[in-house]
Amino acid sequence: MSDSGALSVREPSFDPDRPRSAVPDLGRRRRPAEALIQSFLFLCASVSVLTTIGIVVTLGTESYSFFKEVSFLEFFTGRVWQPAIEKFGILPLLAATFTTSLWAMALALPLGLVVAIYLAEYAPERVRDVLKPILEVLAGIPTVVYGYFALTTVTPVLRSVLGEGNVEVYNTLSAGLVMGILILPLIASMCEDALSSVPLSLREGAYAMGATKLEVSTRVVVPAAFSGLAAAFILGLSRAVGETMIVAIAAGAGPNFTLNPLRSAETMTGHIVRISGGDLSYDSIDYTSLFAIAILLFVTTLLLNLISRWIISRYREVYE
Amino acid sequence: MSATSRLEARQPPSFGDEDAPEGFRPNLAARKKRGERRRLLFLCSTVLAVLFLVALIASVVNQSFGYVLTVAQIDPASLEREGLPLEKQDAKALAATLGEHVSRRYFAKLEAEKPMAARNREELLSLIEAEVVKAKVLATWNLSKSIFGKREILAFKEANAPEGRLFFRSWVNAALLSNPQSSDAMRAGIRGPVIGSLLTILFTILIALPLGVGAAIWLEEYTKDSALSRIVQTNIYNLAGVPSIIYGMLGLAFFVRGLEPFTSGAVFGGGGEDGGANGRTILSASLTLAILILPVVIINAQEAIKAVPQSLRQSSLAVGATKWQTIWHHVIPASIDRVLTGAVLAVSRALGETAPLVVVGASTFLSQDPTGPFSKFTTLPIQIYQWTARPQAEFRNLAAAAILVLLLLLLSLNAAAIILRNKYRKEKRLGR
Repeated sequence: MSDSGALSVREPSFDPDRPRSAVPDLGRRRRPAEALIQSFLFLCASVSVLTTIGIVVTLGTESYSFFKEVSFLEFFTGRVWQPAIEKFGILPLLAATFTTSLWAMALALPLGLVVAIYLAEYAPERVRDVLKPILEVLAGIPTVVYGYFALTTVTPVLRSVLGEGNVEVYNTLSAGLVMGILILPLIASMCEDALSSVPLSLREGAYAMGATKLEVSTRVVVPAAFSGLAAAFILGLSRAVGETMIVAIAAGAGPNFTLNPLRSAETMTGHIVRISGGDLSYDSIDYTSLFAIAILLFVTTLLLNLISRWIISRYREVYE
Repeated sequence: MSATSRLEARQPPSFGDEDAPEGFRPNLAARKKRGERRRLLFLCSTVLAVLFLVALIASVVNQSFGYVLTVAQIDPASLEREGLPLEKQDAKALAATLGEHVSRRYFAKLEAEKPMAARNREELLSLIEAEVVKAKVLATWNLSKSIFGKREILAFKEANAPEGRLFFRSWVNAALLSNPQSSDAMRAGIRGPVIGSLLTILFTILIALPLGVGAAIWLEEYTKDSALSRIVQTNIYNLAGVPSIIYGMLGLAFFVRGLEPFTSGAVFGGGGEDGGANGRTILSASLTLAILILPVVIINAQEAIKAVPQSLRQSSLAVGATKWQTIWHHVIPASIDRVLTGAVLAVSRALGETAPLVVVGASTFLSQDPTGPFSKFTTLPIQIYQWTARPQAEFRNLAAAAILVLLLLLLSLNAAAIILRNKYRKEKRLGR
């Protein structure tokens, strides 16, 4: 044993050509454990990619076997969805999804924008500190609770206001409005972020020109934040299209080709939940038809999300 | 110069319409008025949004309490024995009363399940309630009607069931938590669904937390701004916007059907008490929920890791720590509070999820409580959904009570997140 052994640093291997040095070159040492950890972390990250692949592959293969039996034309133009008599026209389900989303947006869009303007421009700090957590609580309530609210509270109110005979027990209006309440916090908080990120100098410039607070808010700040607001609306729409439990509980059970919000109708998501909740044979066309609906839903929401992100990146006003 | 004229001199020049430049109308009074009116409108809308929350909670509470009118098949008063009313009889007398009123074969069956001698008074009383008295709910009223419409309720009772029993009932009670599922609203409980929810959430955390934090570390520490990480990142953002029901479809096709031998526990030998339920197990539900909340967990963890100051990493590397040592001993401890807070919030979302679990195949009725990953499952939100979907009013009351329990669970989860954050924050401040 040489003298350098006293340093208590052991070299990994002896190399006669290498100059002897008291401090080993730790930087060059191979560290299999580090590489192992890194590959494990990479695996973790790849799970999300695998999820996407999994969604595309499962939806794709199952709906492929569906479209072998039902033509695209029938699927997209048929006005009757009745798996019992082999009628697979998506239009009734699509119409119901459209109606509920429309009413949801009719409530959530103006209200969300106004709440955002109030929070971002008008509310004193203390009021904002109270209101924002309340909106967060609203956003954190499970959707099944909203469904319960729609069926047991909003529907009776609608029926007593509009007349029992005019409004069915299950109707798309009640489901749509409650869905609006559900996505209201999402839209409000995204819009508020967009409004708050408009630089102060823009507001100050407008004030210097003699504008009132209202004029600053609605004619300067809102247009300046337009891309963020549009992105929020589209994201809200995407949530409305994919929302399930509210429509499953309150909108009705049974496809019905109507745009009348006072009648019962079944949305795409509501249909998937009702059919898959029952006994379902894996070989039946009922089973594969659910995947055909699901892939349409997936593509729709994905497109909406992509548009939303594209608007943000494309039309964002860049301030120094 | 007098005081008043000095005051006048200080006042700003007025911009009335009459002395404005040509073509310029400041019209200040009207504009200010409009601004004030609009401000009030904005305020009212915001208050309206808050009122929605109030209405939501009020409607649930309103349905959770109220009068119930039941009609018994056999009047409990007629069940006295040796002059003692039902409530004062001892266990032996109760067993005899029960024996008199049910068929001999049914009594033998009950005896075989658990000998009468081994049952205590409460068990026997509830058995008599269920098997002999057979009280049926005729009508229920919500809290506001019970308080303000007492006269109507009494009139209804006189008109429809004068012999019935009218009593005030809190649908949230100890029996709700401890009873198993039942088709009788008066005795139905949520023990199975609550255990199911807790087990599902436990496995969801065990799967999603390590995966999510691992992915976030890889994205933030190992591959900043490479092409690969950008693909993964975009993918995560897109997954966060996929409707939850799509995850349910993936769970049904992949975990329940594709991985059935695994999720039913067959590869581990046997599976649950019901043969693994064809893969429609707690494990399938947890896997589905885990990939559902994974994007949110990752994004939250990334935010937390981003907030760790660069100097901490550099000083660790400078004294010779390896990359992983730096992450393990410095980055993770410095960000763990925010990572966990974000994870708890994601988990509370999973706790309330209903649609994907219906699709994955929750059981409508559990004969036994779930015991492990390979049991059949149902969860609290699914029980709420099933009760809400029933036409009878008493199940709406039950659903409201179950909603209160669910909201309480969510509230305690969120409170746990806040406590967790404060605890770690304090430790950090003390320098540990």
